[in-house]
Amino acid sequence: MMSDLEFWSLGENISVRDAFGRILLATARERQDFCLFDADVAGGTGAKPFVEAFPDRTVQFGIAEQNMMAAAGGFADTGLIPVVSTFAAFGTMRAHEQFRTAVAYPKRNVKLCCSHHGMDVGPDGATAQMLEDLATMRAIPNVSVVVPADANQFMSAFRAVLDWEGPVYMRIGRSPAPVITDGDVDFQIGKADRLREGLDLCLVATGVMVARALEAAVSLAAQGIEARVVNLSSIKPLDRDELLSAARETGAIVTAEDHNVLGGMGSAVAELLSQELPVPMQMVGVQDRFGKSGEHDELAELYGLTAGHIEEAAKVVLQKKSKR
Amino acid sequence: MDELKKIALQIRKTAIESIYHARSGHPGGCLSVADILAVLYFDQMKVDASDPDAEQRDRLVLSKGHACPALYAALALKGFFPVEETKGLRKIDHFLEGHPEINIPGVDAPSGSLGMGLSQGLGMAFGARYSGKPFHTYVILGDGDMQEGNTWEAFMCAAHHKVGSLTAILDANGLQGDATVEVQMNYEPIRPKLEAFGWKVLEVDGHDLHQLKSALEEARSQTEQPVFILARTLKGKGVGYMENEQVWHGSSTLTDEQLTRALEALED
Repeated sequence: MMSDLEFWSLGENISVRDAFGRILLATARERQDFCLFDADVAGGTGAKPFVEAFPDRTVQFGIAEQNMMAAAGGFADTGLIPVVSTFAAFGTMRAHEQFRTAVAYPKRNVKLCCSHHGMDVGPDGATAQMLEDLATMRAIPNVSVVVPADANQFMSAFRAVLDWEGPVYMRIGRSPAPVITDGDVDFQIGKADRLREGLDLCLVATGVMVARALEAAVSLAAQGIEARVVNLSSIKPLDRDELLSAARETGAIVTAEDHNVLGGMGSAVAELLSQELPVPMQMVGVQDRFGKSGEHDELAELYGLTAGHIEEAAKVVLQKKSKR
Repeated sequence: MDELKKIALQIRKTAIESIYHARSGHPGGCLSVADILAVLYFDQMKVDASDPDAEQRDRLVLSKGHACPALYAALALKGFFPVEETKGLRKIDHFLEGHPEINIPGVDAPSGSLGMGLSQGLGMAFGARYSGKPFHTYVILGDGDMQEGNTWEAFMCAAHHKVGSLTAILDANGLQGDATVEVQMNYEPIRPKLEAFGWKVLEVDGHDLHQLKSALEEARSQTEQPVFILARTLKGKGVGYMENEQVWHGSSTLTDEQLTRALEALED
């Protein structure tokens, strides 16, 4: 099935944008049922190879995302799937109401794949560093939200997103990030992956933060703390069973996301656990601030998004746990 | 034409009755758009009420979604659902939502937030092109749509891509929510603007069924350029006490007496 699709080796540093370009080409050769909607940023999102190879399956909107999004809604009703791709600030904010009303409300089969979110954006600075997309997109009914952890998982996830009936928002990472998942696995929307066992606490991470959570877990293990690591690549729907198991079996949760801590993945986990199985939690993420220019790794350091910050949060949550 | 004239009156009566039963709604814009809907559904569009989701059907997006009582009336008269159902408009236990909703038989797009209709229609027209289906897409715009930036993105895009299977009809009644278009945000002169954007513009009396029919036929014959039909209309058309009266934009509760007077005015 995935004959002409090459996955990357574990440990390679790959931008998820490269995965977007590669999986678009591979799936376009396999199936005729989708087109790409672009707003003059295919070079930035990673879609350029598709645009060049399949001009007759690309619809160019220029820099006009509101039109693109509402048009995607109408297009989806005629039998083809629009894969809408732009930067997250434009796709999820500028065109947010178009997505809500012309895509999500009628449950139209639109796949919104956006790059440029979080501190992962790097030097472009605050206007491009979308820190609110998970909050705003998951708040809309009928919408699924998918955040792959690396380039390999993105490619598996993209196939699942195309097969999913209904609107999906998907993040595409920009900066080179370590490959931590095997390729060629069956991605299921709504299913989390446990990457490491542990019973002292659970690190629940998404996107680029998964690799950092694994790194933190290794460091914690050297100090005698066994942290479970869960890759929560499906922000909505949530894998309730996996999260409730984590709370029940470890009794302490750290969430980690490259997003504002208000309303994002950590909030989604807290919404579930606070009602079903409250345990001490710490949220690693951007603490309700705008970003700035800088390299993505420098920004991670400045805004508290490194493996070290996850490790610190783990120690705080363990203290809370021990006081219960 | 006599038949179309009767249908237009039926659309008006049915819409006003449904707003009366709902105790809220926007009568003025329903009355101004009724003739446009009559010619579209009963003369121009290829739709089949027994197969409302047919892939090759013509599409209609009512971007001025607040006039949906008139759309529902047209759909009911066309046979998409019983006319009696229009009395359930806006009710908690009924399918006829206060603004168009896609699960209503015959409704092709959600609307109610102005400015998104032309883009949705454009997307459908792109769908026809990319999937090789020969249908035509119509979008009915209101004055308010002309003030939303999204609409102008769509004007630019449709002309750029030479989307000839898309026709926009502006129900230009000149009155919007709180005042006249001229006072609130004048979009005139509209013809040179649209022509500069690359559209073919046809201007008609939006209550003259002959003019509407011939403009729509001409629009349909265009294959390389989208057509904008500027339909000059009268808000409240057909019910004297509502004509060109701001208060009947909506959202209006009709008294028994007001209903009676409206229905009398709309007799043949």
